[in-house]
Amino acid sequence: MHRQRIVWWAVFAALSAPLAWLGVLAATDGLGANPIEFVTRYLGDWALRALLAALAPTALNILFGWTGAVRLRRMVGLYAFAYAVLHVSSYVVLDQFFDWAAIWADVIKRKYITAGMATVAILSLLAATSWAGAVRRLGAKTWKRLHRGVYAAALLACLHYAWMVKADLTGPALHAAVLAVLLGVRMAAFTKKRLTPLRPR
Amino acid sequence: MLITSRKSWELSDADATPEAVYRDRRRFLKLGVGLAAGMAAGPLFAPRSGLAAPSENKIKDILQSKYRILEKATERDKFLNYTNFYEFATSRDQIVERAEAFATRPWTVEVAGEVKHAGTYDVDDLLRPNRREERIYRHRCVETWSMIVPWVGVPLADVVKRLEPTSKARYVAFETLHDPERMPGQKRPVLEWPYVEGLRLDEALNPLTVLAVGAYGETLAPQNGAPIRLVVPWKYGFKGIKSIVRITFTETEPPTSWNRSSPDEYGFYANVNPDVSHPRWSQAKERLIGDFFKRRTLKFNGYGEEVAHLYQNMDLSKFF
Repeated sequence: MHRQRIVWWAVFAALSAPLAWLGVLAATDGLGANPIEFVTRYLGDWALRALLAALAPTALNILFGWTGAVRLRRMVGLYAFAYAVLHVSSYVVLDQFFDWAAIWADVIKRKYITAGMATVAILSLLAATSWAGAVRRLGAKTWKRLHRGVYAAALLACLHYAWMVKADLTGPALHAAVLAVLLGVRMAAFTKKRLTPLRPR
Repeated sequence: MLITSRKSWELSDADATPEAVYRDRRRFLKLGVGLAAGMAAGPLFAPRSGLAAPSENKIKDILQSKYRILEKATERDKFLNYTNFYEFATSRDQIVERAEAFATRPWTVEVAGEVKHAGTYDVDDLLRPNRREERIYRHRCVETWSMIVPWVGVPLADVVKRLEPTSKARYVAFETLHDPERMPGQKRPVLEWPYVEGLRLDEALNPLTVLAVGAYGETLAPQNGAPIRLVVPWKYGFKGIKSIVRITFTETEPPTSWNRSSPDEYGFYANVNPDVSHPRWSQAKERLIGDFFKRRTLKFNGYGEEVAHLYQNMDLSKFF
């Protein structure tokens, strides 16, 4: 098998593992005293981690010139979307049990839920336009502009986490630091490209 | 003919989940996700050591109090493992791990402030004249979960009366042990240490308020606030300060930890109130640990008859 394929499948497996592990925990009474809270938070954690991971290939490309990494982007991004959808489903179905009035009140009153829902809305748009044909239909320029929305999604997801936590900001700070590095790498590359005049090779 | 009137905090038989339904749900959950995986990973989830109930922790001669919620107590294992105690850690798993070796004897409680019998007391001496009684209360956490807990303790009112507060005393302030070596969570400033809480004197004297030393017939486990903690059943759980080392009688309202941390979220009173929405969680409903569906939260956690008079003419959305 081509090396690129192996990497692709390895990343695919790594991102499925948390879901499989959740299944094992559920089957073995391993979800603790408040399983609904556990499941919701677990899925939220992995949605955020996958979302940050989706920003990694471009950074790897910039830093190490690993162009192949970019081919992982869509799959990782779709995983982030999948975990985010499961996370919201856990909130809507398990936690609130379709109490739409309570859910709506949460969305408009509690800023961490507002931010979380906005994240999922953005990710849904990106997922819906993630197939190859969408690039052609929207035009490469529009598509690219739309998919820069992933930065907004990542920022909102970090805010959602930070606003949700009661007192201990260690977890949110760690994830935000990773996001800062990923964005910093892009910014450094962007300014460098603008400042260095192009030389003919 | 015997006529019994049901108290507001008692539960009708129809409200409690029948045992059979409960068991069926557990079975369904276990089978649902995959038996094979379960069998393979089973040994990973053997009970943690130290959580088995050693019989020397049994409390003898417990009086059955009339304050008993007529509902099945939450499984003891869940009470032991699902707790907030930031003095040890902010993650629930770590709390239990780090609290395991916490020594709760010898333990002294300092009594200070506007009180006749100020001084330092051994915790056992402080409570000695009282027979331990069992109070079955619903413990309502501000995080919108609740448990039915059979606490064992003594009425705080009895202890307060023995200590004889002066006429100036209007509040009682409590303080948790501050010892980062023994309580490693205190090495990080997640909250301002030590944890402090307080009650108005009339709240402290209410017969529902308890200094708990045990639960489920045994002495408290460290993660639940051993050796002595406060239980105020009509208030959110964070008022129930744990591992108390100081009780101070004051003229003015003492500071309280969560209020100091986020004043717009947590007030001094912290009475359970479904009508006063919290910026973080709607307090209209709660999930009893072990239940799937949420239930409606009761004002004062159902103890309105016993405590509503304490707050007459007070705007509870202002004094939340």
